[in-house]
Amino acid sequence: MPEIKELVKNLASKHGKTRESLIPILQGVIHEERYISDEAMTEIARELDISAAQVYGTATFYSFLDTQPRGKYVIRVCRTISCAMKGKNLITHEIEDMLKIKVGETTQNKKFSLLETNCLGWCHKGPAMLINDDAFTDLTAEKVREIINQYIKK
Amino acid sequence: MSYSNLKRVDLIFDKECNPKEIIKNTWAKSNDQIINELLESGLKGRGGAGFPTALKWKYTAEQPEPDKYIICNADEGEPGTFKDREILFKVPQKVFGGMAVGAKVIGAKEGFIYLRGEYRFLLPELEAQLESFHEILKDLKIDFRIKIIMGSGAYICGEESALFESMEGHRGEPRNKPPYPTIAGFRSKPTVINNVETLVYAFMICMHGARKFKDLGTADSRGSKVFSISGDTPKAGIYELELGMTVEQFVEEFGDGDTKAVQVGGASGFCVPRKKFKETIIGFEGVPTGGSMMLFNSSRSMFNVLHNYLEFFEEESCGQCTPCRVGCQQLILGIEAVKKGERHASYLEHLQKLAQTMKITAKCGLGQSVANSFFSIVENFKEEMIY
Repeated sequence: MPEIKELVKNLASKHGKTRESLIPILQGVIHEERYISDEAMTEIARELDISAAQVYGTATFYSFLDTQPRGKYVIRVCRTISCAMKGKNLITHEIEDMLKIKVGETTQNKKFSLLETNCLGWCHKGPAMLINDDAFTDLTAEKVREIINQYIKK
Repeated sequence: MSYSNLKRVDLIFDKECNPKEIIKNTWAKSNDQIINELLESGLKGRGGAGFPTALKWKYTAEQPEPDKYIICNADEGEPGTFKDREILFKVPQKVFGGMAVGAKVIGAKEGFIYLRGEYRFLLPELEAQLESFHEILKDLKIDFRIKIIMGSGAYICGEESALFESMEGHRGEPRNKPPYPTIAGFRSKPTVINNVETLVYAFMICMHGARKFKDLGTADSRGSKVFSISGDTPKAGIYELELGMTVEQFVEEFGDGDTKAVQVGGASGFCVPRKKFKETIIGFEGVPTGGSMMLFNSSRSMFNVLHNYLEFFEEESCGQCTPCRVGCQQLILGIEAVKKGERHASYLEHLQKLAQTMKITAKCGLGQSVANSFFSIVENFKEEMIY
């Protein structure tokens, strides 16, 4: 709790305390915590002097502003048509197999979350995925195993 | 690579460009001269809607309000589009340059780039490039600054008024129009909002003059366009091509020999079946596109394609207006029921009526354009929807 308070305070002094600072602050919390807890939302509301409902309403609108706990590394596999045609399911299954979780879930050790997302803008190099902010393209089962293994070692 | 029947153009990615020089020369011209040059070129918005860029700038310039803004819409989210990412990666200075010229014309001191969250990895390099651009402006004693604002994964924020809402710290829910952004946009001030590619073309027109651009394309679709090509093609990628080609010419170049349909303009665009390749022009006189071109060969189920698009819309609908929120859900349930045989094939006509209603009653372009792919796929591939 005190850590969240500190984090929100720092973000607010960096981005300002106006309504326009709300999304940059939420993004800052995601960057540190990978999700926005109820405590974080309440703290942000207090800091910006707006209703917590406003913070909640805004956060839940955006798919990258998760409001439920996520792992340290959030994997987002593109599910839109070009990637789907190039074998997205194979990639998702491979990751599910490796991490023993289903789409939407987080590993026990809180290291990985696996999600599917809409078009990532790599349609010519599908299948594609993001791990946090980094993009990986032209995926094959082999390639994805290699990438995930590297993250497991991190 | 041969381009037997398509003319390849290199205006956007051409590195022979000195932003400082172009800005200096452009600042020597009056705003009227710049607007006339743009008007003469025939440049229309490259995001898909195709509004004449010169008029957007002119209307905003005419507003008496002292605070105005120029915004670069880099919330590229249409399925099958990835050109803006490449432009921002390869020639960011040209994008900034276009914004600076627009700012001069309308009288703005602040500009913003709204970059989609999926492209956050571009940010460090973009910030560095921006710093050197600001140095150029400082040298030339031009009072204009650009700031990059990050999106957070919402397709709807590519809709201009939803983008303003998002920049102002709210849910990305589109506003009613009018008023249009030229009168009340970001912070309810007169705002020019242009697509990434449009800004680069505007800057290139400042560099080369209107002629070079106007000589390309057709009467309704002047110039060239950056296409994002994906799907069943051996040549997936980004290509700048002269406008005015037919789908047939396009398929000859980019198809895999077995193309049965081309989706022009992404999920919100139109599906062109093989029998209409010859007569369909890619451009504002035929099928308009923000650049997304997806090819499908005969091994693909068009039911799956439509289903994927509808799932996309259902998730990306902001939920604000009923026609779009409920319409998208019902269209998915409807085509699934027909496919499973739970509904008679004639039910597709009811669904088409629903899509038509959405086109008329949805609040913004998202809900209105669901009908585009729905009609063009259902009508041309009815048997695939049923069996």
